[in-house]
Amino acid sequence: MNPDLYDEVRQAFTTLTEEAKNRRNAFRESPLPKIRVGMATCGIASGALETKKAFEDALAEYQVKALLKCVGCMGHCYAEPVVVIENPGFPPILYYKVTPGKARMIVKSFLLDGDPLFEHLLGAMEANDLIPPVADFPRFSREKKVVTEKCGLIDPEDIYDYIASGGYAGLLKAFHMRPQEIIQEVEDSGLRGRGGAGFPTGRKWGLAQSAKGDEKIVICNGDEGDPGAYMDRTLLESNPHQVIEGMALCAYAVGATKAILYVRAEYPLAIKILSKALEHAKKCGLLGKNILGSGFDFEINLFQGSGAFVCGEETALIASIEGFRGMPRVRPPYPVHAGLWGLPTLINNVKTFASIPLILNNGSAWYRAIGTEGSSGTAIFSVVGDVVHAGLVEVPLGMDLKTLIFDICGGIPNKKHFKALQIGGPSGGCLPSDFLDTPIDFDSLKGVGAMMGSGGMVVMDDETCMVDVARYFLDFTQKESCGKCTFCRIGTFHLLRILDRITKGGGREDDLELLEALAQDVQKGSLCGLGKTAPNPVITSLRYFREEYEAHVKEKRCPSGGCRTLTAFYIDLQKCARGCDACVGSCPVEAIFTTRDRKKGIDQALCVKCGECMVACPKEYSAVKKVSPPHLAPVVERHKENS
Amino acid sequence: MISMEQNKEGERDLSTEKIPSRLQSFERERKNLIPILQMVQQELAYIPPEAIQMVAEHLEIAASEVYGVATFYNQFRFNPPGKHPVKVCLGTACHVKGGEIIMENFARKLGIQDGDTTADKEFSIERVACVGCCALAPVALVGETVHGHMAPSKVEGMILGFQIEKEKERREKGGDES
Repeated sequence: MNPDLYDEVRQAFTTLTEEAKNRRNAFRESPLPKIRVGMATCGIASGALETKKAFEDALAEYQVKALLKCVGCMGHCYAEPVVVIENPGFPPILYYKVTPGKARMIVKSFLLDGDPLFEHLLGAMEANDLIPPVADFPRFSREKKVVTEKCGLIDPEDIYDYIASGGYAGLLKAFHMRPQEIIQEVEDSGLRGRGGAGFPTGRKWGLAQSAKGDEKIVICNGDEGDPGAYMDRTLLESNPHQVIEGMALCAYAVGATKAILYVRAEYPLAIKILSKALEHAKKCGLLGKNILGSGFDFEINLFQGSGAFVCGEETALIASIEGFRGMPRVRPPYPVHAGLWGLPTLINNVKTFASIPLILNNGSAWYRAIGTEGSSGTAIFSVVGDVVHAGLVEVPLGMDLKTLIFDICGGIPNKKHFKALQIGGPSGGCLPSDFLDTPIDFDSLKGVGAMMGSGGMVVMDDETCMVDVARYFLDFTQKESCGKCTFCRIGTFHLLRILDRITKGGGREDDLELLEALAQDVQKGSLCGLGKTAPNPVITSLRYFREEYEAHVKEKRCPSGGCRTLTAFYIDLQKCARGCDACVGSCPVEAIFTTRDRKKGIDQALCVKCGECMVACPKEYSAVKKVSPPHLAPVVERHKENS
Repeated sequence: MISMEQNKEGERDLSTEKIPSRLQSFERERKNLIPILQMVQQELAYIPPEAIQMVAEHLEIAASEVYGVATFYNQFRFNPPGKHPVKVCLGTACHVKGGEIIMENFARKLGIQDGDTTADKEFSIERVACVGCCALAPVALVGETVHGHMAPSKVEGMILGFQIEKEKERREKGGDES
């Protein structure tokens, strides 16, 4: 940038920060209590809208004045709807699972009468003498929030909230640096692409910068298609400006003026918030022509991805923006040289862009100090499935899986046991408990057959069948295969067919060898990442859970009871209580009948094996049993007069 | 006589007449194909054959090309959805927690298969890959509302709820007339 313009740019930015500070102080110094409701998709799904309405109604009813603010998501999905209340005289308090009823109670008891309702709070947000701080829980203390630090604390629809918390300062800093210096800083930080493959970001930027062409394009890949992962969505919904700032920094460094933010159409809230954020940034002079008077032009257009998993692959993503079927093409040429409309195109993931402002503000050495030698920084995971504290977790790279699952996320619920961890989505693998000491970083995970992926982690307990999980992923990749490569198109189809018959009790002697051979062929014969990694769930589950496959094939038995064709439910007449009707209403197909002595039986011909009766049966009886193979279930005849 | 509710939701204007004028706001460039298809679906809730023809003419490409692109992506549907479109999430977390069973229950209760709409146009069901509310698994969407922690009994209750509402509406309507 032209040094003559430094003063002008700084002046323009100071005007913005002053305005932001004034707004923040006006909010902070207000003597009124402040209520912050988490309103990202998961919060809303848990009823945050109703909770907010209940707060509004209760405030009006009890004539309490308070400031109500909507914020994003802190990642504590298990506790949603989450509300933080700052009541003068108290530290900020975090309340969990705030139902409308709880909201009314909080207004009356806490805001009106000064009782913080100890039984409903999770903890205080800062250290104090009165209320135990949340930092005492491993869920808070072992996490390291870097990229998601501001998520859930700021209002995503208010650009000034982001600026007041240090936002867009990286952009100002960048204007005082040469593009080469910025790229060097990113390279020094050791940041690797967070989309899954882990390519060094600095190197990619260097390639884009040196690529020939007057016009260059930056694309932010928010096509988060991995089922079971939602880190990108949460970031975009809770702190959109951090991603926008990262994109602007990237464009400035590599010499691009246009960018496309590619977001799944399945994320309507993220799209709404992003459109608003882009508009605000433009209004504040942080996007568009002549940003802050620096002479740097940069615009971002939003593109809604139409839901095709393969579009996570960069050449397929480009094809879909161009208006074609999202099919990958042969690389080289790499998009960095010839991408969208033949122009040099740089594609990074949402989380990669969100890391950039932090690196620029705090320096590469600071970033490098987090994580490990080969994988610096933090990783954001969505830990879901059979785990107590499911949600979004950000941890420094190098932490072992055990700490993440058992300490931070609270382990396995319902007194069951850990069986496997699926990491990396349909392209990743299933790891058994022997691998829980594996550190989380790009290279270690690859070494054991899994991969970082975009950050989806599904924990499975001992009632999950690994063959069925492999079948599930194959079903997904088979449907999502674009059809370009024969091995991916037809190979996955046959892999799925074999797995299908194994889970239904039709497995043949040589099926396991066939699976292994075919899986390798699909890996070798496919062009893009989808086909190359599609067999991973099969390969890893065959490697680590072979005895389970063998039980299916040889004994037609599903050891964990996950395959419905191979299991049956029956009612143990020794345990069933006479006259008890608890299970009858729970059955969706009326398969439960009353026996001659007023106990219950299950009609195997009608039963769909949903397991509802098992849930409904009172704990003290626990009469409903599950067996595999199904012929082990004792036959209870339907009582003639009854039918 | 149509009640207010139906005017708002049930009797959605599904004619393709408004499409040509909406098309004018899009430049005749190939890169607009997907945004145009998204607009059509937004307007009509599905993409009828006539609309495909209109889009093809606007962009001066073959209708088969438009259809080819539209069918490639999961977002687009080619039959009108029901008044209460049900989407059952079958993402990884939902699968592990029994999403398949939820899907089956909807299919059985409504007597239709994945991708179909009931004869009375009240319900349609479809499977979606992941709605990103994995911590609430298993999840189902009815319209825009996300229902977390689904169970077969909840499916029954939900459908019954809609049916009761409809019956109530019908009776009120009857009451108005008498």
